[in-house]
Formats: sequence, C-alpha cells, structure tokens
Amino acid sequence: MDSPAVEIIGLVKRYGGTTAVDGLSMRAARGAVTAVLGPNGAGKTSTVEICEGFREADEGTVRVLGLPPATPALRPRVGVMLQSGGVPPATRCGEWLRLVSRFYARPLDVDALLVRLGLAAHARTPYRRLSGGQQQRLSLAAAVVGRPELVFLDEPTAGLDPQARHACWDLVADLRAAGVAVLLTTHHMDEAERLADHVVIIDGGRVVAEGSPAALTGAERQLRFRARPGLALEELLNALPSGSAAKESPAGHYIVEGLVGPELLATVTAWCAAEGVTADDLRIERRTLEDVFLELTGRELR
Amino acid sequence: MTTPDTAALDLTPAPGAAPFPRMVLAQAGAEVRATLRNGEQLLLTLVIPVLLLAGFTLAPLIDVGGGSRVAFLAPGVLALAVMSTAFTGQAIATGFERRYGVLKRLGATPLSRAGLMLAKTAAVLAVELIQVVVVVAVGLALGWRPHGSFAAAALLIVLGTAAFSGLGLLMAGTLRAEATLAAANLVYLVLLGAGGVMFPLSKLPESVRPALEVLPISALTGGLRTVLSGGALPLGALGVLAAWAVLCLGLASRTFRWE
Repeated sequence: MDSPAVEIIGLVKRYGGTTAVDGLSMRAARGAVTAVLGPNGAGKTSTVEICEGFREADEGTVRVLGLPPATPALRPRVGVMLQSGGVPPATRCGEWLRLVSRFYARPLDVDALLVRLGLAAHARTPYRRLSGGQQQRLSLAAAVVGRPELVFLDEPTAGLDPQARHACWDLVADLRAAGVAVLLTTHHMDEAERLADHVVIIDGGRVVAEGSPAALTGAERQLRFRARPGLALEELLNALPSGSAAKESPAGHYIVEGLVGPELLATVTAWCAAEGVTADDLRIERRTLEDVFLELTGRELR
Repeated sequence: MTTPDTAALDLTPAPGAAPFPRMVLAQAGAEVRATLRNGEQLLLTLVIPVLLLAGFTLAPLIDVGGGSRVAFLAPGVLALAVMSTAFTGQAIATGFERRYGVLKRLGATPLSRAGLMLAKTAAVLAVELIQVVVVVAVGLALGWRPHGSFAAAALLIVLGTAAFSGLGLLMAGTLRAEATLAAANLVYLVLLGAGGVMFPLSKLPESVRPALEVLPISALTGGLRTVLSGGALPLGALGVLAAWAVLCLGLASRTFRWE
C-alpha cells in the first residue's frame, strides 16, 4: 500500500511526428482527488490512456497502484470512464450497467447507482437515445460500479448541464470520502479548484505547475486590472508599501500583490491617473487557477 | 442528492473480478439479446433462410438435380444460417463494437480478451441452435426426412462456425466498420450464390468448380447434405473447413485491432 495510486516519471508519447506527451512526471496519491488540468491538446487524454493500459508509453515509467498499467490484475481494481462512447448504441442504459457490474465480485447495487446519478427513469432507454449528459453519467456509473480503488475520469463533466455537473462532483467527493483515489482530467478550473486535493497543470505535454489549489493560487488576494501594455511599473513599486509586488503578465494584464486594502487601491489608482491610463476591469480577488495558467503559459485555458 | 435510495451505496473500495464463467455468461447473454433484438440481424439469421427454404421447396423454380427438393435445400439453408450468424452477423456487430469503443471499454473491465472471444463464440452457437431448431422444424413440415449421423452434422457445423467466425473477425478487426458492413454483405451474397446452397455446383462450369469446392460454404453445404442423407462423414469437407478455421482464426488473432 506504499506505492502511490499513479506514478509517472519522464513519460513521452509520440504520434508520428507529433509529441503529445513530452517528459511528463507526476504522482497521484491514494485516497485523494488529483486533477490534471490543461487546454485541449495538452496531452491529458494520452497520459490517462497510458495509465489505463490502452496505449503504450514511448519512453518513461508509469506505475498504477505500483504495477505496470497493462497488468491484468489491475482491471478489477481500476475504474475507467472514457472521454466518449464505449457503449453499444442499442443497449439499454440499465442493461449496460448491470452487464458491467457482473464482471466484478462485489459490485454496487445497480438500481441504487442509477437513482444516485439520476438515471433510474432512463434505465430502459437505449444508449443512443440518452442525452449527452445522461450518456456521460452512465459512463461514470460504469467506472465506479465495480468498487475500484482508483478511478480514471477523462473529462467527466464535458458537455454536462450544471445540475448533472453537480451530481458528478458530489459523486467524486463521496468517492474521495470513501477512500477511492480519483484521477480526473479537465479544462474547467472551477472543477479542479473545487474537487482536487492536488492539481497538475500541463501544457504542451509537460507539467508547468502543480500543488494544492490553495498553494497554486496563493493565499493572498491580489488586485488585477487591464491597461495598455508596457507601462513602467517602477514608480508604482516605489509608491507601494514594501513587500508588495507588481507585474505585467501577459501584456496588458497587470497584477499587484501585497496587503490588498484601501491604501493599496488608492495608490494604484493614483498611479494610473499620473500615467494617464484608465484601469479596465479592476478587481480585487484571490487568484484562480485560470490566472495561474494564463501567467504560466500566456494563453487562455480554453 | 441525499435520498433514502442512496443509503445503499457503499463506495468503499472492494475490488475483485467475478468468477470467469460468470463473466463469460453475462457477456454471452448480452450478445445473444443484442442479436435477437436487432431487426436486420434477425432478417439475416432467420427470415431469409426460412423464406428460401419454404419458397424454393414449394415453388419449382430451381433445378436441384433430381431428387427431393427439400432434402437438397434444407442442408444448404442450414449452412447458410451458420454463415449468416458466425460470419456476417458477427463481422458487422464486432466491427461496430470496435468503432463505438465498446471493445476498448470492455478491455478496461476484468473480462479478458480470451473471455470476450469465448463469450462471442458461445453467443454465436446459442443463436445457431435457435436457427437449427427453426430451419429443421420448417424442413420437417415441408416433408424433409433427414437420416444419418446427427453427430457428424453437429461436428461440421462447429467447424464451419470456427471457419466463418475467423473470417468475420479477420474483417471486423482490420477494416473500418462501414467497410466491414459492405464487405460482409457482399461476401454473404457471393457465397450464397456460388457455394452450392440453392443449386448444385454440378450446374456450374467445370472450369470454376475446383475453386468453388474449396469455399467454406461449399464444404459445409456439401458435407451436411452428405451426412444428413445417410452418407459417411466426408473428410474432404472436414479438411477444407478445418483449413479455413486455422488460417482465418490465426490471421485474425495476429491482425485484430481492438481500437
């Protein structure tokens, strides 16, 4: 039980001339929720599918519950939710979940799970006639029905309406409380911030930052505004109390950190007036993972 | 979402695979249900064979080369039924399962690939059993009086199933789903026409006969016709079917792509 749920060291995955995963290393702890956050094409699905045993790594080491991902003994211990599909279109929702449950020794009660995910009324509906959100929830149900130790969820809430998203989040929280390790991919920062104990931000197939949501976003509040790019920040820094910081990241986006209060706000607005600029979108807030991502990569997450 | 119903959900990890036979039975049951529920499949596996048997027995449209028409047609239709399930139906269903990611998803469950293949075989044999019962019943009603070794007939059917399954899985595991759909139907029609099912190979030109005689459908049709009219088990037909089975299953197991 000492090995982490997932351990990845120096993972490389290429498709033809394209490098999808480029020396990625990360860990997911047992009994915790780990979110792999990144834009489309960052290498999230490739990484997860290698962990699930569907694809082979070109380089690097991957261990799932201490074992190579393709080990047959892992199959009962690991639940998998694919990003899409995986269910025969004509198969009824309840039948599919019941079939999958029969592959496990001590499955969850299928009817109770259908109720829990709001699918009980659709138990007799063929998969192809379920809405996108219902299909996602059925895939989620199939991932957990075998009572696994570790669950991989690839973009579990993509395309879900808010209500279905919350149902999914509640289930993930309950899995965590029950001691199940969850590794999920997402490009919703609110999802990662809300659910995850540990967030791994990836871009271009590499880890650009990781930590708890609080550690990544910083505990302190900050003041942000937009103005024309290239303003000289020296005078502002001189005017601010010591221990404050001001930076432009990316161009045209200004961030002031420090003891954010009325005085700091007054200092910043006075400086703006002196510079002859109007601060757009001025707000005081905690940093979000979206801010972190933007600062790290210079790009929007979506 | 705290309703009394959710109390039953204990998410605490309790991993474990079900016993192998239970997994295989569950999957085989699901496959049989899917086949019987699919209208096009049912048309292929039951309606067409029964219509051919009844239609061409009652209407003297074809020359079966003398003798009882139903005694000639019934074994051919049995072979056709085996081909439609083991080859056409299985190729199309498996091709689309691959395309929809079903094979991939099942690969993430404790059901091994060997278990999945076993389940598919069991499902094919179960559907064939239903077909045999229906075709034989219709044949008997039309005056067919088969005599000979039913064990030999069963052996031919099992070998034929292996050969046709191999051919079907070879297609489903390598071609795109749409190409499998088209090719499986085309091969079905060609083999129906050229395999001695509806009229004897002796009606065809001497030059093409040797080639047609080594088709799996010809071997199965000819073999069933012989053993169900009191003849000894033809080793030639047995050899042809065994060769197709070994060749196609071997190739399929090497080339099958699960995604």
